[in-house]
Amino acid sequence: MHSFRAAIADPQFRRGVKDMAEVSPGVAAWALVTGVAMVKAGLGVPLALFMSFTVYAGSAQLAALPLMAVGAPLWVIWATAVCVNLRFVIFSAQLRPYFQHLPLRWRLAAGYLTADLTYVLFLKRHPAPGDRDAQMAYFWGNATFNWLSWQVPSVVGILLANVIPTHWGLGFAGVLALLGLGYSLTSDRATAISALVAGTAAVAAFALPFRLHIVVAIAAGVCVGLLMDRTAKAAS
Amino acid sequence: MTGWLAIVAITGLALITVATRCFFIATERELPMPAWLRRGLRYAPLAALAAVVVPEIVMTQDHLIHTWRDARLFAVVAATAWFFWRRTMLGTIVSGMVVLVPLKLWLGW
Repeated sequence: MHSFRAAIADPQFRRGVKDMAEVSPGVAAWALVTGVAMVKAGLGVPLALFMSFTVYAGSAQLAALPLMAVGAPLWVIWATAVCVNLRFVIFSAQLRPYFQHLPLRWRLAAGYLTADLTYVLFLKRHPAPGDRDAQMAYFWGNATFNWLSWQVPSVVGILLANVIPTHWGLGFAGVLALLGLGYSLTSDRATAISALVAGTAAVAAFALPFRLHIVVAIAAGVCVGLLMDRTAKAAS
Repeated sequence: MTGWLAIVAITGLALITVATRCFFIATERELPMPAWLRRGLRYAPLAALAAVVVPEIVMTQDHLIHTWRDARLFAVVAATAWFFWRRTMLGTIVSGMVVLVPLKLWLGW
């Protein structure tokens, strides 16, 4: 526990919280909608709370809920979640060098808490492994605040599922948060084109089962990025 | 889905979260990764965002939208304009929602 206490005292912890706080309204709106969706799918309050606090993966939850509502076989529900979560496998490969020095249980805790926005913000702030203590302090600040920004509104959504209006399009705030984050990651022409290709590929491959279009899109974006790196190198 | 079956399903989903997020973090073995892949993964975060965001903007019920009268398009224009004007995240979210909610509620777009 010592390492976590030291992390909280580190100024980088607050930096991590602050970066997360900027996008947390979007996270909160998304969590609220997911909370409502869990109850509306017929889970009931106790199971919805159980799901929110254990699964902690919004897009997998939203993909699994309609399947659970119609009583789909377990393997279909789980296969869908694995595919929706495949991007986390890619993320974990990138985060590995940052976490390798930690004991196993802390690595597992860090991995579990690496939701999309924490991953994106962490790599944006720390593109290369370096000062371990500062980077981990930033990570814990960011990840714990991400957890709070998700769980609190999620619980509110679960408890108030029948009075929260969803036809307002509240969940779109989450998309707007991701959009803003996407713009802030677009640093040059290569990243912009890679993102455009990934977005287009996602739409084109949308009909794939198990939401595999996300993995296809990441692969397309990475390939195009590599191609552009190569042409840039050839030109110079 | 209710009762024990739901508990089993949810427990499985939780284990899937842990397994995917910790996939390359849990092991201590050496993990040789070709240099080109390491470089290429630099593009992964933004590509993942684009893969989630773009369909949410231009698709409805698994199909590309065929109308410009969709509140989301105007919300995205407003949010984009704000981002490149002010570069703040909160403003990006709020300006988009300020455009989206009235269009949805009053015009039914």
